Amino acid sequence: MMSDAPLLSVEDLTVTFGRRGQEPFRAVDGVSFQVRPGQTVGLVGESGCGKSVTSLAIMGLLPQRGNTVSGRVDFEGTNLLELSTDDMRDRRGRDIAMVFQDPLSSLNPVVPVGVQVTEVLERHRGMTRKAAMPVAADLLRRVGIPDPDRRIKDYPHQMSGGMRQRALIAIALACAPRLLIADEPTTALDVTIQAQILALLKELVEDTGTALIMITHDLGVVAGLCDEVNVLYGGRIVERGARHPLFRDPRHPYTNGLLGSIPRLDAVGERLTPIPGSVADNLPWDHACAFAPRCSQPIERCTQVTPVLEESFGRALRCHNPVEVPR
Amino acid sequence: MTDPLTSYGQSRKARIDALAATSVAESGTVEEAPGLSLIASAWQRLRRNPVFLLGAFITVAFVLLALVAPWVAPHDPAVGYLLDKVRPQSNPVPGPEPGFPLGADSRGRDLLSRLIVGARQTLIVGVFATLGGFLGGLVLGTLAGAFGGWVDSLVMRIVDVMLSIPSLLLAVSISALATRPSQWTVILAIAIVQIPVFARLLRGSMLSQRSSDHVLAARALGIKQSAIVFRHMLPNALGPVIVQATLVLAVAIIDAAALSFLGLGNPDDRKPEWGQMLGQSQQYLADYPHLAFWPAACIIVVALGFTLMGESTREALDPKSRR
Ligand SMILES: Nc1ncnc2c1ncn2[C@@H]1O[C@H](COP(=O)(O)OP(=O)(O)OP(=O)(O)O)[C@@H](O)[C@H]1O
Ligand SMILES: [Mg+2]
Repeated sequence: MMSDAPLLSVEDLTVTFGRRGQEPFRAVDGVSFQVRPGQTVGLVGESGCGKSVTSLAIMGLLPQRGNTVSGRVDFEGTNLLELSTDDMRDRRGRDIAMVFQDPLSSLNPVVPVGVQVTEVLERHRGMTRKAAMPVAADLLRRVGIPDPDRRIKDYPHQMSGGMRQRALIAIALACAPRLLIADEPTTALDVTIQAQILALLKELVEDTGTALIMITHDLGVVAGLCDEVNVLYGGRIVERGARHPLFRDPRHPYTNGLLGSIPRLDAVGERLTPIPGSVADNLPWDHACAFAPRCSQPIERCTQVTPVLEESFGRALRCHNPVEVPR
Repeated sequence: MTDPLTSYGQSRKARIDALAATSVAESGTVEEAPGLSLIASAWQRLRRNPVFLLGAFITVAFVLLALVAPWVAPHDPAVGYLLDKVRPQSNPVPGPEPGFPLGADSRGRDLLSRLIVGARQTLIVGVFATLGGFLGGLVLGTLAGAFGGWVDSLVMRIVDVMLSIPSLLLAVSISALATRPSQWTVILAIAIVQIPVFARLLRGSMLSQRSSDHVLAARALGIKQSAIVFRHMLPNALGPVIVQATLVLAVAIIDAAALSFLGLGNPDDRKPEWGQMLGQSQQYLADYPHLAFWPAACIIVVALGFTLMGESTREALDPKSRR
């Protein structure tokens, strides 16, 4: 049920943090992307590139002070950035929900897991605790928690990491939101559990038709899940494309570098090539490409002119000297 | 250039803030044994800690004694059974005799019974004063920590000023204001003095809760502000406060004794109280030191019990002091 009208349309989103005694810092810098109903969109990049800030800005969860947000976040035609606090609160959890990185610290340690599920139902569905309990048990069953009628009384510390993340997913999906934002939902988990959680997310969004924004630093996570991938660097989107074209021929040297640093089972013996340097080497975007100091193939223009995001045939690229497409 | 009063206030504040910080550690960061919450792992360590066990033993014994005091006391503490033995010149304080193992006080009343029944008074003062301080601090600290902004600034300025004044000095001043001293003026004075301690502590742990992951997660679900404060922040912020309460109980008991000793407590001595007994023993101190020794020993032991228990719990909960 994919239609062409976007469910979420982020336009020119910019988040600036004021820092005492220093230049304000633009953590997210003119980011635009769209999510269509039922679509899974990846937001990929290294630590500190602004993934979480983007998602918090969409949710209206950035700290009240110390930052300015500009641009538009259109959700079904309403600009979320202009909603009142109360209206936005009514939408969170009902229309848009979020799953965070650390399943243990994201659950309230002193409230049984079941109550944390019913709480959302009580809040947005107007259900009583009693009526919500069986619904909560059903939700826990659906995310693959065995014996949910007993587990519903457990406290978070009585569950394993994977089970906690399943519970968080159940909480997020309790009110059948149309958009789910998952911010590195598997980073804190074991590799085997990671795969299970990803499979669960995939299954659930396919079943329910929920659109998903998958935030990760791991292109491997994106590979099996996303219809479209946005690659972020230094607060800006540097490349965007549908999954297959992007993975088959990455045009941005950064995307190419990220792909080169994923371990591949079919290429045993091949050396992994991590991207040299760190985000600390970034140039300001003002009159250069921030990635230039770490780039494998910089040209002179890269340190003199800001590259713009150019779109063609569903691909978008911000690069002066893209990687050649092999013929 | 360290003004003693300022540094006194500073060190009190630092201690309170360190305790408040233990409430965040509860989520996430300290997960040494999987599936074991911070409280549970603290309990594992406490169970084998002799200091904690000694403190807990004293505390439990004292509380039990206070509860059953009227039934275990051999005599009525208000009746001068040995009054006919009292000779103002030659024998002002009757010594031990069968049925009166510690002797009597200057009005012929059984010393042992007065000590036992005094435990109950001491517990009442300690518990009510601590409870009062806790409730006052709960309201102020929750307001400040949950809402921040100018409410926070205002409350915290007042709290910091009160913290920089030594608590006993403040308690003496407050209870001296009362026109008719009684047990309740003592309780009120000590409660007021403890409010800022609880307020600062609660604000600290509320603030760290406010920026915690699970509160962010609750906000991401659109949970109402009131539910976030009362269900997601407050219960998690209370851990350090409960530890503080045991420490405050010790202070309250000592301060209450001091106030009674100074004559600022209940003037009616038919209800015995340790500090008041200590005060009345003053004039016989040279010849009959046991009269002062027993109530003093009781105060010290009980205060020590609460302190040992509170301090060892605080240490067990504090991630910095581990290992
Ligand atoms: N509240 C804040 N105040 C100031 N700067 C902030 C704040 N939150 C984030 N930042 C900065 O914004 C930048 C982007 O942070 P963000 O959390 O979005 O990174 P991320 O891409 O999610 O990284 P990670 O993979 O580590 O989660 C970082 O440089 C960070 O220091
Ligand atoms: Mg992040």
